[in-house]
Amino acid sequence: MNPLYRHSGNTLHALLLVLGLALSMPSLSRATDIVLNENCPPGFELDAGQCRLRTLYQMYASLEDAGVGGLKTGLPPHRDGFTPQQIDLGRYLFFDPVLSVDGTVSCASCHDPDRGFADGRGRSVGVGGEPVRRSAPSLWNVAFLQRFFWDARAGSLEEQMQGPLYDEHEMATSPEQLVRTLNGIPLYRELFRQAWPQDFQADGAQIQLNQVYAAIAAFQLSLISLNSRYDQYAHGYADALTEPEKEGMNIFRSFVARCAECHTPPLFTNQQVAVIGTPDPEGMPFDPGAAVPLNEPTLRGGFKVPSLRNIALTAPYMHSGRFATLREAAAFYTGGRGHAVPPGEDLKIHWHIWEPKLSDEELDRLVDFLQTLTDESFKPVEPPELPSGIQPVHNAIAREGTTPDNGVSNHE
Amino acid sequence: MSKITIIIGAAVLLAGGYYLGKSGQQPATVIKLDSEPKAAFTSSGAEEVASASASVVRSLVTPSSGELIVVRDGESIQDAVAAASPGAVIKVMPGTYKETVYIDKDNITLSGVIEQGRYPVLEGEGLRNDAVLYSGNGVTVENLYITHYKGNGVMGQAGNNFIIRNNYIVDTGVYGIFPQLGKNGIVSHNIVSGIEDAAIYVGMSDNVDVVFNQVFDSVAGIEIENSRHSLVESNFVYNNTGGILAFITPGLPIKSCGDVLIRNNFVVDNNHENFAIPGSLVSNIPAGTGVLVMACDDVVIEGNIITGNNSVGITFTDFSLAGNAANDPDSEPNPNRPKILNNIMQDNGKDPAPAVRAVLAAMLETTGPDIVDTVGMDDGCILNPERFRTIGLGKYTECEFSTTANVASYTLPEPVPARSMEDVDKGKLAYYGVCAGCHAYSSRMIGPPTQIIQALYMDNPEGIAEYAANPVKKREDYPSMPPQSHLDDETRLAAAKFMLKVTK
Repeated sequence: MNPLYRHSGNTLHALLLVLGLALSMPSLSRATDIVLNENCPPGFELDAGQCRLRTLYQMYASLEDAGVGGLKTGLPPHRDGFTPQQIDLGRYLFFDPVLSVDGTVSCASCHDPDRGFADGRGRSVGVGGEPVRRSAPSLWNVAFLQRFFWDARAGSLEEQMQGPLYDEHEMATSPEQLVRTLNGIPLYRELFRQAWPQDFQADGAQIQLNQVYAAIAAFQLSLISLNSRYDQYAHGYADALTEPEKEGMNIFRSFVARCAECHTPPLFTNQQVAVIGTPDPEGMPFDPGAAVPLNEPTLRGGFKVPSLRNIALTAPYMHSGRFATLREAAAFYTGGRGHAVPPGEDLKIHWHIWEPKLSDEELDRLVDFLQTLTDESFKPVEPPELPSGIQPVHNAIAREGTTPDNGVSNHE
Repeated sequence: MSKITIIIGAAVLLAGGYYLGKSGQQPATVIKLDSEPKAAFTSSGAEEVASASASVVRSLVTPSSGELIVVRDGESIQDAVAAASPGAVIKVMPGTYKETVYIDKDNITLSGVIEQGRYPVLEGEGLRNDAVLYSGNGVTVENLYITHYKGNGVMGQAGNNFIIRNNYIVDTGVYGIFPQLGKNGIVSHNIVSGIEDAAIYVGMSDNVDVVFNQVFDSVAGIEIENSRHSLVESNFVYNNTGGILAFITPGLPIKSCGDVLIRNNFVVDNNHENFAIPGSLVSNIPAGTGVLVMACDDVVIEGNIITGNNSVGITFTDFSLAGNAANDPDSEPNPNRPKILNNIMQDNGKDPAPAVRAVLAAMLETTGPDIVDTVGMDDGCILNPERFRTIGLGKYTECEFSTTANVASYTLPEPVPARSMEDVDKGKLAYYGVCAGCHAYSSRMIGPPTQIIQALYMDNPEGIAEYAANPVKKREDYPSMPPQSHLDDETRLAAAKFMLKVTK
């Protein structure tokens, strides 16, 4: 696969889009006969027309229904209840670069299913080709999250997605362009009609922004990863983990390493904001994190505790990708309290950041254990063709991310 | 750094009290006889445990199947746990055991055998992390001598119905006994000392009794944190930096603390130098602290003997004590509705920690008070306030009840059941939660459609369950099925039965 070749194709589409021509050229819209899936994605039962999450964890309770605990502990409250068609429509939108200002970036560009729904980059790259400030988080299991973005500034997926959609450095479109573009594609109008038939009974019914947001959210909420080898162990199968992995699990939940105090099972996050003092990449200014949106100075340098499910798939690590490997990320925690805080910064470092003096062998075992949290058994199928007729772009862009200069030189 | 933090913390701690002390006035002693009985104590927790009043107090036991495993010196306790089935009793003979024991099964009793004062010793050698970790429900850990671990002596993660008793925990890491995220448990008759945070720490838990323990020479004696319905009774708590604590720690996922009874304890001479880990919340505690309530609501302090604590006998405060931690906008900082019933308080405050002394000096005082409320709560109550030297209690009223004796225990009359399975179809959860990754009803995914499997197996769910445990390649055009033996027999059969009746 030649990225440049794909890229030049995209440029053509982009140009046509900008000129308003793409929509009038049926030859570009090959995927003319899409019927949205009437079945729920794996992990969901169709119940009264809506897809409802089913998981073995629903056998368990959790203290105060908070969804934090140990092995056989229920999950945090989740969101579901979309129709199969709405979820499937969201899948098309998610992969479709037509959502960006020039047709060059899709949601999947930074949330690539082949990269743990992240992008393999320390800092993501949008339409401008310049790295943005922070790393793209994985989308696995967002159904259980209460807050979104590293700095916890959004309270719903619908609110969250308006960040990248309209940020000039990411997808850079506008609400007006988004609905105009989608309404200009007959196939999308047909698909939205399939997803919201009651809203499209009148002649000339238009695609609404909130439907776009809802469909994308519906798809994101279907990304469930709860069948890792760790989960098999949690449900009672002692042989699911090797001895080194069990050692790693015991280090993980020990009160020396204290990983589980914030990355608490079963979701492997307690969904709090924590100030741990990880460094930004060389040359980048200090990122104040959640202190800004939460208007709370003591949370300076604070970020949302990320889930560690599928963490082995989403290197590099931390909010701006400073650590290339899981081993480096784990070793940060034994480097000493505040050891990487820039001079002049007085942070309220979290009390669990201390000096556990983990040995090299213990760090290795932690990495062993973290790799048991991988499960992609419910990974969605990518649409072979998109309603816009544009070729998917996420593979090309993500592959380029493997070398430092890419993502800049190829996207002028 | 920790010393500076302590001083700052203590200065903030008493600053509010200073202001309130200047503006408050000591109440005059009023001699009176109550003409009618006071109201009964009520709380949400009291209602929950009310039905237990007629039965045995703390009747919780770990169910036993009769299976007995004996571990002798030189053998591995963990090997015994691995071999045990739920309901097993593991008896550990006197000897030295150098290991971390983890219990991820339900209803396991790990019980030391003590012979003429000789305990089975879990020896961490300063190398190992925790002595005993459990995540199963219904776990008992008793009669062990635990020493020299880096982390915790006994640590629970989400196990309900736990019993941790009769253990001897010496010079062991961060917490001696730390049940976390569990419901319904007993921590009793343990002797714990030399701990650099809390000797006994109940974290984010419900319905836990901490009774009849001896805790000393630690930074904090007993700490109840972000927990509800907890009884701390009849403990001997001495020579710690702080004796008994009830805290909300900001930034935790379960944000409330309340309905904590601190009753009939000896809280004596808690004047140990603070040797906490820098950055920890307890590093803020001034030496000489008897009882300390930070942000925890509806704490009742009753019938304790609180003497010889050189800074302050009882302190109610807010997050200003935790000046080294980030704020949590979702945590409510005030110690709402404090209730101080009759306590015996003597000899407190006679040699305050330097920071406390400095604040007192500004008030022309040299002696710390018996009781301080640094916030000046207006919804608190106290009995016989004239007996005590107090600061910040000007808005407290007389309590409407004089005893909590109607709550004998906050443990539950019946063990917490495993989640009611009546409305949970295990087979359905396994089918959608696991099988559906490869099998859809009518369309081809990684494996053949459920419809085809239904046609093949009809009335034979056992056949499906058996095949799924040990699959062999059957179809040229499909990849081999991975074994599903990680699901237990019951779950696999239930999933197979459900698979045969799915219609869409």
